[in-house]
Amino acid sequence: MKQPFRTAQGGRIDRSRPVFFTFNGRQYAGHAGDTLASALLANGVHLVGRSFKYHRPRGILSAGCEEPSALVQLEKGGLTEPNMRAPVVELYDDLAATSQNAWPSVEHDIGAVNGLLSKLFVAGFYYKTFMSPKSFWMKVYEPFIRRAAGLGKAPTEGDLDIYDKMHAHCDVLVVGGGPAGLAAARAAAASGARVILIDEQNELGGALLSADELIDGNPALDWVAGIQAELLANPEVRILTRTTVTGYYDHNYLIAAQRRTDHLPRRAAGKTARQRLWKIRAARVVLATGAHERPLVFADNDRPGVMLAAAARTYANRYGALVGKKVVVFTNNDSAYEAAFDLKIAGAAIPAIVDLRPEAGQGLLERARNLGIPVIAQGAIVGVKGTKRVAGALVMRLAEAGEAFADTQPAELECDAIAMSGGWSPAVHLFSQSQGKLRFDDAKACFVPDVAAQHQASVGACNGSFELGACLAEGLDAGAAAAEAAGFPATAKLVAPVAQSRAFGTIKQTWVVPSLRPVGHGKAKHFIDFQNDVTAADVALAHREGYKHVEHLKRYTTMGMATDQGKTSNVNALGYLSTMLGTSIPEIGTTTFRAPYTPVTFGTLAGRDVGHLADPERHTPIHAWHVARGALFEDVGQWKRAWYYPRPGETMEAAVSRECRAVRESVGVLDASTLGKIDVQGQDAVTFLNLLYTSAFSKLEIGKARYALLCKEDGMVMDDGIVARVGPSRFYLTTTTGGAAKVLDWMEDYLQTEWPHLKVYLTSITEQWTVAQVAGPKARAVLEKLTDTKLDKESFPFMAVKDATVAGLKARIFRVSFTGELSFEVAVPAHQGKQLWEAIFAAGDEFGITPFGTEAMHVLRAEKGFIIVGQETDATVTPQDLGMGGMVSRLKPDFVGKRAYTRADTARVDRKQLVGLLTDEPQTVLPEGAQLVEVSDDPALTKGGTSPLPAPVPMIGHVTSSYWSPTLGRSIALALVKGGSARHGQVIMAPLTTGAVRCTITGPVFYDAEGKRANG
Amino acid sequence: MACFSAMAGFEGKRSMTRYSALSLLKNAFSHHEAWAPAWRKAEPRDSYDVVIIGGGGHGLATAYYLAKVHGITNVAVLERGPIGLGNTGRNTTIVRSNYLWDESAALYEKALSLWEGLSQDLNYNTMFSQRGVLNLAHNHGDVLEAQRRVHALRLNGIDSEYLSRDEVKAFCPIIDIRPDVRYPVWGGTLQRRGGSARHDAVAWGFARAASERGVDICERCEVQGIRREGGKVVGVETSKGYIKAGKVGIVTAGHSGVVAAMADIRLPVESHPLQALVSEPVKPIIDCVVMSNAVHVYVSQSDKGELVIGAGVDAYTSYAQRGSFHVIEHQMGALLELFPIFSRMRMLRQWGGIVDVTPDASPIIGKTPVDNLFINCGWGTGGFKATPGSGWVFAHTLATGQPHAINAPFALSRFETGKLIDEHGAAAVAH
Ligand SMILES: Cc1cc2nc3c(=O)[nH]c(=O)nc-3n(C[C@H](O)[C@H](O)[C@H](O)COP(=O)(O)OP(=O)(O)OC[C@H]3O[C@@H](n4cnc5c(N)ncnc54)[C@H](O)[C@@H]3O)c2cc1C
Repeated sequence: MKQPFRTAQGGRIDRSRPVFFTFNGRQYAGHAGDTLASALLANGVHLVGRSFKYHRPRGILSAGCEEPSALVQLEKGGLTEPNMRAPVVELYDDLAATSQNAWPSVEHDIGAVNGLLSKLFVAGFYYKTFMSPKSFWMKVYEPFIRRAAGLGKAPTEGDLDIYDKMHAHCDVLVVGGGPAGLAAARAAAASGARVILIDEQNELGGALLSADELIDGNPALDWVAGIQAELLANPEVRILTRTTVTGYYDHNYLIAAQRRTDHLPRRAAGKTARQRLWKIRAARVVLATGAHERPLVFADNDRPGVMLAAAARTYANRYGALVGKKVVVFTNNDSAYEAAFDLKIAGAAIPAIVDLRPEAGQGLLERARNLGIPVIAQGAIVGVKGTKRVAGALVMRLAEAGEAFADTQPAELECDAIAMSGGWSPAVHLFSQSQGKLRFDDAKACFVPDVAAQHQASVGACNGSFELGACLAEGLDAGAAAAEAAGFPATAKLVAPVAQSRAFGTIKQTWVVPSLRPVGHGKAKHFIDFQNDVTAADVALAHREGYKHVEHLKRYTTMGMATDQGKTSNVNALGYLSTMLGTSIPEIGTTTFRAPYTPVTFGTLAGRDVGHLADPERHTPIHAWHVARGALFEDVGQWKRAWYYPRPGETMEAAVSRECRAVRESVGVLDASTLGKIDVQGQDAVTFLNLLYTSAFSKLEIGKARYALLCKEDGMVMDDGIVARVGPSRFYLTTTTGGAAKVLDWMEDYLQTEWPHLKVYLTSITEQWTVAQVAGPKARAVLEKLTDTKLDKESFPFMAVKDATVAGLKARIFRVSFTGELSFEVAVPAHQGKQLWEAIFAAGDEFGITPFGTEAMHVLRAEKGFIIVGQETDATVTPQDLGMGGMVSRLKPDFVGKRAYTRADTARVDRKQLVGLLTDEPQTVLPEGAQLVEVSDDPALTKGGTSPLPAPVPMIGHVTSSYWSPTLGRSIALALVKGGSARHGQVIMAPLTTGAVRCTITGPVFYDAEGKRANG
Repeated sequence: MACFSAMAGFEGKRSMTRYSALSLLKNAFSHHEAWAPAWRKAEPRDSYDVVIIGGGGHGLATAYYLAKVHGITNVAVLERGPIGLGNTGRNTTIVRSNYLWDESAALYEKALSLWEGLSQDLNYNTMFSQRGVLNLAHNHGDVLEAQRRVHALRLNGIDSEYLSRDEVKAFCPIIDIRPDVRYPVWGGTLQRRGGSARHDAVAWGFARAASERGVDICERCEVQGIRREGGKVVGVETSKGYIKAGKVGIVTAGHSGVVAAMADIRLPVESHPLQALVSEPVKPIIDCVVMSNAVHVYVSQSDKGELVIGAGVDAYTSYAQRGSFHVIEHQMGALLELFPIFSRMRMLRQWGGIVDVTPDASPIIGKTPVDNLFINCGWGTGGFKATPGSGWVFAHTLATGQPHAINAPFALSRFETGKLIDEHGAAAVAH
């Protein structure tokens, strides 16, 4: 396939290797080493997409990550990606790309009618209209805006790729592999420092890849190859290409995103992680991130074929692709001359270099003359011919001063491309993210790093040093200094290579090029932000309406907020704003540079923490056994807890009833291993616990346990559990399953910040123990078969704790009960848990021993009126509210929450208190969460329905737990009710969507109120 | 209003054009060169009846309702930077009123009812979009909480529905509801009247409407001291000099502790970074707000096409308006758990704000121990949705010297009496 815009030779593409790809369904050929943009250009394709608002035809502006215009949708299905910048998409076999934001095609786009309305669609127009009729906003206007907005399409299928993360530490991190970065890396590595060198491109060399510079008299790329070989041979150096440093955070913590397979044919990557997030901590950082060329803002500067001069040069030199056969060059500085020369040498005609300045830099005119390129000094492009492709440039000469023209009529220069340069903006993004302060360099017309905030240096173009010699020298010095600061003084000073130096020259600060009619008049548009369709007229409008602060300007016009984050537009907008304000750019300041430097896929950010690794799944040692028994599981915190064990064909209700009956009538076993467990040791352990829990432990004997509450400073219940004393100054605590980590953190927090003088040591032992809760009238009989320890009531009373041997295992037995039945919790080291478990089941076989899950446990405890933290409590419930006032010590001088109980509101007697509820109709199970009101025959309450009530109705409480009780053969519920403890026997009602349910308030204990069973 | 047109900094003759399609069209003929500044750039005068410290949405709304509802126009809003760039301009703009507690429900519902006519009232399109806020439930505790909330809201006269898993899927088809994911979706609650709005437009719209009624909006005017005489506030020291004030209202969000300290008041407020991020813009893919406490992330799509994503606060306290990267990583994992199709989307921009968190996660709106000094703060992670309601009740408080019935429960004194309104317990992600 012919590539009509290929140069005859040269470039870093492999002309022997064709690569075929499709764009908008048409097949094209490029070469290995091409990007999608260079391959399109080689084929003469400039029209790539349509703009955001006006659907103007758009081409390729740049040759790098700053690209605002040439965005494409790459691939399809589970591999598709929107908004990919064509200049950084490396070409691979069978690549398939399509234009975005155009229908039916990029050539003929219906959306272009918006262009006709462009006089209405000015900056912020939507704030002024679409307000009436009111109902149209949601139905007509907003859907219209939403459909119009957005560029590419989000994937609609799951991702087929995987992602991962790496942590790395180094002495010196060098960001950018151009001349300055290479010099820095070389110097740092030569000192023996551990160096990481990162570059976003596929190969090292940076700007040298596009130029024809000489270093030490040889082609610059030979120098690059030499340094690269030297670095590769050094085991302390890691080079990451195709990797973008995207974020610079505090303490030299940097984030980089590496693209590992994106340059390969799709699915060729196999199981290789597609992208990798690097989290790097560096002692010193050297930023050598280069600079971005700025467009010139002139009439219709967005036409396909108008592009940055350095990009045109890159396409010619690096990729062997000509951006046009006839290229007009338009500039306000010297750098574009090199582009003109190289384009000419590569085979393009250069009808003229139009220079806004009266005079070009030294020697340039002569070189132009030698190459036969006319230069129009003090000239301006005032208009562009062609819409889908540049067809000509209208040029006028400027008068000596100001905005006036020297000519009366523009001259038309026929051309198929315009290469422009409005000067250079150092890539100060990372520097700025690191909180470094910028300074505006008036002579170079750009922001440069001023005061660094971290251990960091900026070198080369990102430091405003645009000359090669300076880049090399700065890099070498900064690399050596960084290594030295990291503890690696240089052994010998490296000699800076000699580069043929081209002076940067002068630049004329022209923020908006004068045109035939003032901006905002006439048809022509002067684009500042290409992607968001922000024109000079929009900036002027924002200024006029008072949105003069850069942040207001940015937000009002959306300038700089597109996918390129203003890399090519911000400074032009600031410059133009400054001319309107009549102030200098430094007085205005810049907008904040926010991470990431270039967008990062969500997949990379999530890494492996997706799917079942989204959050660790915690299993007890008995998990496999539960699975084998057909258990269903419930998520409790990170734990998978056995919920219930349905037999084949059994409903949840039937299974839970069966499990409950087993516990009430014979014996059941619950896997209680997930409860949080904390080992507390130290001479001040009692003091510590007395300060934290509401009850007192000074008199707790060794071998005894107590149920206890933890409250927050405001007196509200936070967690509960058992406190068992297992030695003179050693305790074993349990917490709720979900609260374990929080409670330990909280205890440590108090210990370390409030009471550092206490000698107490806390250790989480949650996962060190397996705990089997054996509950039911036959619990003792089962365990007696497994241990010699006396379990009778006198030898092992309720709330006793003993070390014992159970089933031949060293165990600790707690006689505690959460079901209201006789119950023993047997704890053994985790790895022996399964053995214990199986022994218990073997011993219990004759009693029909039954595993029970969390659901049955919930029912059983509710029958007993035992609370579950988080269900009966919600951070607004005190121990007194729960009827546990007796557990709040009156004698202890202090404990967390104590002060709260004397506060007016906490001491009120009509607070919401825990009660039982019995529905009038015993078969009716109240829904949990149902709100409670006083009995009323207001039809709004009694008739049900889902719609909100016409006026608020006072609520007196809500149902916290509600079950069918198999033991009682009726429904039961727990609730928090205002003044509830004094209202036992009264009737209230739950107004449900299905109608009101009447119920009677009772005490919260429905079963064995005297506690004979647990005590027996 | 006499001094109004003589005001310093007031440029030319003022004709506050009403915004409409027609005025837009008319202005198109004059190349949009006839538009006036949206709000007057006022320089502070010596003395005001009411000085409001903080030009965020809440401060500007307060000024607007002072003028509109109470006819008090001798008012200045003092903003240390440009208006609306604090949390107002950094938030993820979720608006809803489905709060559990009666006091909160009344407050946020007042706000929501004002939102519903706000664009027309201000004559500035705040792009308030009632596309529905869906809160997912992933476990038994979530379902219990959701049901409780729905029941309470119905009785409080506020729209809210419980959705089953399949109804969740029908309402937002791109959520992954497969039962074998790490935290499967069990159901959720939906407030159809909830949604989002354009944050900047809220600040600018209130500023313009307040300015039009005579309020001075003084930007780059930082309050540096609060002058008192005999237990009573008399004025404020600012970067632009001393300003006398009859009454002063502090509305400075993340910096409330700092400003209150100028009057020797120690607030029960901690300032935390809260981060958010957006993706690159794409065509419409999600048409509602989805929030999940258990998986800990929330997402919506802006009118520009960006996915707007957030989660909880950074754990440490800070005044630096940026957070820690790992928080972002974590919320991305959570997002992909709910929406695996977003894996190849890209993060475009991340940022942070400083939110003022009270012990009960409810705001403080009312009197301070200093006479004539009032405060409105503690909105933490979720005050944007309250903006008009907050301004409305605070204007009442400033105008009458007494809280309105709606904000009376939100008094500073509740931290002494213990009458807290604990929204922490009610929701871990409270936006
Ligand atoms: C990332 C993020 C996401 C959020 N998401 C949501 C959401 O989805 N929904 C929701 O409802 N809420 C959300 N919030 C919370 C919401 O943004 C805030 O509660 C709300 O905007 C606060 O408004 P404000 O006007 O009180 O504060 P701000 O907008 O912060 O205004 C306070 C102003 O006071 C000024 N100021 C401070 N000190 C002084 C001084 N000494 N002198 C003069 N001026 C001073 C500041 O410059 C600032 O402009 C979010 C917040 C963040 C940070």
